[in-house]
Amino acid sequence: MSDISFVRTEMLPEQEPPASTVGAIGWARENLFSNWFNSLLTVISIYFIYMVLKGALPWMLSPTWNGTSLAHCREILTEAGRVTDHGVSGACWGVINERWQQLLFGFYPNGSEPGTTDLRWRPVLAFLLMGVALAPVLFADKVPSKLLYFSAAYPFIFPWLLWGGTIWGPLSAALGFVIGYFVYRFVSSAFSGLIGIILGVVCAVVWWLVLSSLFVGAMNSILPIGIEAVESRKFGGFMLSITIGVVAIACSLPLGIVLALGRQSDLMIVKFLCVGFIEFIRGVPLITLLFVASTLLNIFMPPGTNFDIILRVLIMVTLFAAAYMAEVIRGGLAALPKGQYEGADSLGLNYWQAQRLIIMPQALKISIPGIVSTFIGVFKDTVLVSIIGLLDPLGLSNAIRADANWNGIVWEIYGFIGLLFFIFCFSMSRYSMYLERKLQTGHR
Amino acid sequence: MSSITDPGKQQFRLSMLIYDTRYRSGTIQVIAMIGFMLLAAWLISNTAQNLAALGKPIDFGFFSEPASYDINQRLLDYTSRDSHLRAALVGLLNTLVVAVLGCITATILGVIIGVLRLSHNWLIARLMTIYVEMFRNVPVLLWIVFIMAILIETLPAPRAFKGVETGALVLTNRGFYIPEALFSRSLGDIHLLGESSLRFDVSLDFIAIIVVLVASLYASHVIKTRADRIQAATGDRPTTWYLRLGVVVVPMVLLLVALGFHLGMPELKGFNFKGGTHLRNSLIALWLALSLYTAAFIAEIVRAGIMAISHGQTEAAAALGLRPNRIMSLVVLPQALRVIIPPLISNYLNLTKNSSLAIAVGYMDITGTLGGITMNQTGRELECILLLMLVYLTISLSISAVMNWYNESVKLKER
Repeated sequence: MSDISFVRTEMLPEQEPPASTVGAIGWARENLFSNWFNSLLTVISIYFIYMVLKGALPWMLSPTWNGTSLAHCREILTEAGRVTDHGVSGACWGVINERWQQLLFGFYPNGSEPGTTDLRWRPVLAFLLMGVALAPVLFADKVPSKLLYFSAAYPFIFPWLLWGGTIWGPLSAALGFVIGYFVYRFVSSAFSGLIGIILGVVCAVVWWLVLSSLFVGAMNSILPIGIEAVESRKFGGFMLSITIGVVAIACSLPLGIVLALGRQSDLMIVKFLCVGFIEFIRGVPLITLLFVASTLLNIFMPPGTNFDIILRVLIMVTLFAAAYMAEVIRGGLAALPKGQYEGADSLGLNYWQAQRLIIMPQALKISIPGIVSTFIGVFKDTVLVSIIGLLDPLGLSNAIRADANWNGIVWEIYGFIGLLFFIFCFSMSRYSMYLERKLQTGHR
Repeated sequence: MSSITDPGKQQFRLSMLIYDTRYRSGTIQVIAMIGFMLLAAWLISNTAQNLAALGKPIDFGFFSEPASYDINQRLLDYTSRDSHLRAALVGLLNTLVVAVLGCITATILGVIIGVLRLSHNWLIARLMTIYVEMFRNVPVLLWIVFIMAILIETLPAPRAFKGVETGALVLTNRGFYIPEALFSRSLGDIHLLGESSLRFDVSLDFIAIIVVLVASLYASHVIKTRADRIQAATGDRPTTWYLRLGVVVVPMVLLLVALGFHLGMPELKGFNFKGGTHLRNSLIALWLALSLYTAAFIAEIVRAGIMAISHGQTEAAAALGLRPNRIMSLVVLPQALRVIIPPLISNYLNLTKNSSLAIAVGYMDITGTLGGITMNQTGRELECILLLMLVYLTISLSISAVMNWYNESVKLKER
């Protein structure tokens, strides 16, 4: 029988892939024009992008950086031949050039008034030091852990740099914590942990409320060390937003953890109080809480108390953020398998040990995305203080637009403010993604 | 040998309140309760002292005094001679209007954007990502004032419409004008609650339309269940779409003809438009900004919800021979909804609470009336703000109650 099967003995030469499936054309075919609907969408989006760029780019590239008023900007634009049917077209960047420092620092002393010096290095230094203080927290694996001592001291340096005044104020506030800690250490080793905590807190509160003012007065008369004080009403711009945002974020995290633990606790009354607080705060808009800060908080305090508006706003924003934080952390606590709690119990850990060593590290890790988005939300919400009359960027923008020179300016200022907020919030969300990846221990 | 002693036989000692876990929780709770009571008592006594010093004890009598300010965008009839209570009521309705409108448009936009962000089209997916990041990372208050500025600065003034005179949708820098529904053979209104502050008119035409609509939808539902039954019994589904359509459309058309329904067009009279419904800039800006802002969040929720459904579900459905749109509606969406709904609820709540920012553009919602002008005119901060909080708390808790009930009904029934 003859062999009639055909067997190819040599390989066919390799062929180039068709030009339509590789390179730019292949990519475009696959990603932009895979079917008629996608092609339609692509064409529409290209047209849309073209229209936006055609409108926005010439407007943005306008040679008005040195304009001194809106009228001057228009003159520059007319000279440059940027005249259309609707009058001159082009942004008036002079307003940003003239006012960007105000948008950043508000009315913080800049040495322009006679008898004052430029103090703006203080907020700048405070925010730079904040970077240093946050580094060991944010990038724990890349910086020496000794920096944590600086982080612990930073909450007292920060207000001192911003508000100025005597150094003994922040020092005595810090001393309260030290006293509370040592009382706790001493009492808890002698008696019990619970008594230690209670006594420690009581001692610290007594120190702050009664003794610290005496201490500050005495030390101030002996050793008057201090820097020039700045009133709260001089605060403004992004400095104010960042201050409110950072303080609210820093204080709301521990408060939120306590509230979340309270809400998850078996103690009926504690749980009831925490649920009531969280649901109340989450049920009302922030603006009503700010109204409370601006009008009611003084009524709630002992007669004659009149404390600073920024401090009042800080308190309410912190409470607001804490309620949201508590819900985020509760989600993390609820997501932990019950076995973790039972495992901690079976090791003989008490409640706080279990929370500190087993539960919280995992729960916080799970809730990082939620925590960061709460942070971003709080930071964005700081613009609401413009409604109660504080001069945050938005409040300042109204003041700038009321200026005779800049009356009629709209897009430039809003665009600038929006851009800065975008940069802050976007970088925070990117950081949270980085942290998620870093803490991902590979249970997938 | 067990070395455990029986704790029950021990004498009760005072230190056991702290050391013994059986009593310790009680101790902590009592301390917490006492602390809370002390705090509350301290706040209340401070408040009482301060109010006494200011000479204005808590009194809600100001509600019946005339408000003497105007509210330009309103659903109820209101004049400046009406009471503060009436003004607050008008404001509350305005809050609800913008919240409901905003939730609807934000949901529609959010779903579209969320789906498009998952598109295989590279350009569209990037554009939608830019949209989401742009709106999520800039404060909503900034968007509200920004859109308000766009409306005022870019739209033409009413006098630019000389020669056009009328239109179905007129966009001017004073607001939008849309046609209004008019009935030439109207059934009239019922005036409820007489002349009190809570009075309101109910249009009988409106009630008639609602009744007919509900009845015809019910009839359509009956037809559908009958068709389902027949399909289940015989395997053949009778064609019902024309019946179901007719049952809804025909009675409605007949009713509208009988009532003499026609549209009242806005017309240019002098320097402004008359007739039609006038949606003011403040309402449009607030509505648009809240919708666009919340849509960015809803888009992310929708995207996460769809991505949470494992690809195997889609493949299994395709293996059963379902077409892509049936896969979406029968397999993917019902499962994705369970992931989507809880965060969606909280976004609706956020939108409702954010509507209080209306005060920045002068839309008279409850914050603008009760927490704004009324508070400033009467000087009753405590009463106004507490009531304002109570109103928002009630709205929030009712939305979350309704939505939780819905969530409960679509939840996976585990056995």
